[in-house]
Amino acid sequence: MTRSALVVDDSRAQRSMLRRLLSERGYDVSEAGDGSEGVERLSDMGAFDLCLVDWNMPNMDGLEFIKVVRENPDYERMQLVMVTSESEPAHIARALMNGADEYAIKPLTMDALVDKLAILGLEDD
Amino acid sequence: MSTLAPPDFDYIVQLVHRRSAIVLEPGKEYLAESRLESVAREHGLASVTELVQRMRSGSLDAGDAVVDAMTTNETSFFRDAHPFNALRDTVLPELIEARRVARSITIWCGATSSGQEPYSVAMLIREHFPELRDWQVRIIATDISPSMLDRTRQGRYSQLEVNRGLPAPMLVKYFTRDGMHWVVAEDLRRMVSAQYMNLNERWPVMPPFDLVLLRNVLIYFDVPTKQAILGKVRQQLRRDGLLLLGGAETTMNLDANFERVPHGRSTWYRPTGA
Ligand SMILES: C[S@@+](CC[C@H](N)C(=O)[O-])C[C@H]1O[C@@H](n2cnc3c(N)ncnc32)[C@H](O)[C@@H]1O
Repeated sequence: MTRSALVVDDSRAQRSMLRRLLSERGYDVSEAGDGSEGVERLSDMGAFDLCLVDWNMPNMDGLEFIKVVRENPDYERMQLVMVTSESEPAHIARALMNGADEYAIKPLTMDALVDKLAILGLEDD
Repeated sequence: MSTLAPPDFDYIVQLVHRRSAIVLEPGKEYLAESRLESVAREHGLASVTELVQRMRSGSLDAGDAVVDAMTTNETSFFRDAHPFNALRDTVLPELIEARRVARSITIWCGATSSGQEPYSVAMLIREHFPELRDWQVRIIATDISPSMLDRTRQGRYSQLEVNRGLPAPMLVKYFTRDGMHWVVAEDLRRMVSAQYMNLNERWPVMPPFDLVLLRNVLIYFDVPTKQAILGKVRQQLRRDGLLLLGGAETTMNLDANFERVPHGRSTWYRPTGA
């Protein structure tokens, strides 16, 4: 079964790096350049299995995006992972409190991504 | 990079085997060379070849540092997930039931590496078994590598290490940030005591264990060494104690006096009567 993922990040380089990692794990990957584009992608395409979202982005940042997504029951089962260079414990706690399922600090390696997917129950073995 | 000459590599293979029982497969010259480079540098030597030659001539004793450098220390928090789920769901609940009177649990991590494994157990206990707060819970973490034992004692992990296998809520709850590193909470560090121990030498006097985690270390040993170690583990385990091995390891065909005990999606081993 192919899983779907949405990558929300304003850096094109980051997006293509994350796309590559996810494709290698068999994901069908879509991209958005900021939070509001991410919301558009969701209303066009419906929920994804997984969403990796950066924190600092123009227009709508990652935290705002997470709040918006968590208000919509249609996206309830989508796993939200914040992938950011913000590493303050207070930031991490805030993202989790607002509905992020996991949090990874950049740079995200393949091993770390696989571990996160396992934590979220997205790895079938 | 020059590769080690066959007699030099052979010397390393023998030394490492004699001291740690680790079997270095032929063709690992490159591995030896890259891992020993820092040892050579620490001794002010220009190359690994020079290091080995000094050791062979007896003018330098760097055996401990060489063995330390040649061990594979790869590990991560909650490695392989399933055994930890089993610990949480059935292994610890059953053990707690059996120890209601003694109110004491002793766990041994027999190849702790940098400590992610004992701290995963400690976090799991704090997180899911608050009733154990006023029990005596001891996690004894041993390894042959002094540098890994130091790391276990310090409980200090890099960003890359905490990204591996550690659920973010636990990172926030059980670690504090220190510059670019994360330090395990004092309360968890008190549960874990790190001690030097070579599995291949005479074992120190240790208390009887309720659980033994001996993961991803037997794979480096030859069959007689594995058998000797498993035999001693049996003596150290309580009658109803359980042994956990690494994902690619088993007692099957090595020691007939263990029986398999499946827990969830992981396999544990219990000593049989003998
Ligand atoms: C790959 S790590 C396993 C870490 C952890 N148990 C895990 O599964 O993630 C192997 C560890 O075994 C240790 N080791 C190797 N030979 C040993 C010996 N003879 N006695 C004790 N420890 C040994 C190494 O120093 C290393 O830290």
